[in-house]
Amino acid sequence: MGGVGDRPPAGGPPPGPAGAPQAGWLTTRLDPLLAWARRWSLFQYPFVTACCAMEFMSTMCAHFDMSRFGAEIPRWSPRQSDVLWVVGTIVHKQAPALRRVYEQMCEPKWVVAFGTCAAVGGFYDNYSVVQGIDKILPCDVYIPGCPPRPEAVIEGLMLLQEKVGRGELSRWQQQQPGAGRKAG
Amino acid sequence: MSQRIVDLVRARFPQAVLETHAFRGDDTVVVRREDYLEVVRFLKDSPGTAMDFFVDLTCVDWPDRKPRFEVVLHLKAWRSSERLRVKVGVPEEDCTCPSLSGLWPAANWFEREAFDMYGVRFVGHPDLRRILLYDEFQGHPLRKDYPKEKRQPLVPMRDDAPPQPPPFPERPH
Ligand code: SF4
Repeated sequence: MGGVGDRPPAGGPPPGPAGAPQAGWLTTRLDPLLAWARRWSLFQYPFVTACCAMEFMSTMCAHFDMSRFGAEIPRWSPRQSDVLWVVGTIVHKQAPALRRVYEQMCEPKWVVAFGTCAAVGGFYDNYSVVQGIDKILPCDVYIPGCPPRPEAVIEGLMLLQEKVGRGELSRWQQQQPGAGRKAG
Repeated sequence: MSQRIVDLVRARFPQAVLETHAFRGDDTVVVRREDYLEVVRFLKDSPGTAMDFFVDLTCVDWPDRKPRFEVVLHLKAWRSSERLRVKVGVPEEDCTCPSLSGLWPAANWFEREAFDMYGVRFVGHPDLRRILLYDEFQGHPLRKDYPKEKRQPLVPMRDDAPPQPPPFPERPH
């Protein structure tokens, strides 16, 4: 990475948003801008399977109103979303569908495990339940509780926004070949 | 509560009733497997009993008993509000039981569930497949000898993923 004072070579091609190394002065400005924009426009895909859904609904509705936090609109297509909320118990029979939804999402993408079941399997330590979605997907934020209170959900969302705003790599990005660049 | 019905069954099938008992007003008849279908048909169709509502069918695993499995059927008569529990023993070696899906279409899914969880084969069932678990699943998880820790994932678990190969082959020195 070039320092802040570096300039793109005169007459060279205009720097792309992906930020070639010579275009350091631009990317250092672009990264925080992108991170800021991403932070306040999270598009969420709720993958809702069990009782935790009740708390997810109340967090989304007027009382707690998650849209105050710049995460207003659930998208019902994974291709239009960048945060996957896994809300509820995931069983092994469902795991391929969850994995597929995750693979269809836009990049960079983040995953939130909502509730104890999604985080570690909850009290269903048995033949049917996946013992935490991080066994099948890289997961960024874990919200404990059975179900978590809306305040806890909002804190989880804010933690995720802070992470996005710092430009930190999502767990997905950390696993890509050549990881090491900042998000963006 | 439904002692009357137990007596009717006993009078009609003296050889079939192995045992009866009552617990807090609920009567149970344990019947021989050979006569199970006839007893249930009698309970459903005879005007004196008219147990026309199929409430539940499930199974119990008693690892130390012979026969090991017990299929448990709950019936109710709409008109008289009487209830009756019918049990039939199913040995492990010949894990079969007559199907009731010809009497009540509702029995279809209950028997598929009992098959899925305990491996009891219901003879005469039109479509005996797993109902809750996936087809790849091996074994029957509610049997007491199914290992408690055994998991059968469909996608690879990340903890079990093989370690990444080293980026460059090591050179001999
Ligand atoms: S964590 Fe509790 S409330 Fe949430 S899905 Fe699991 S059992 Fe239901």
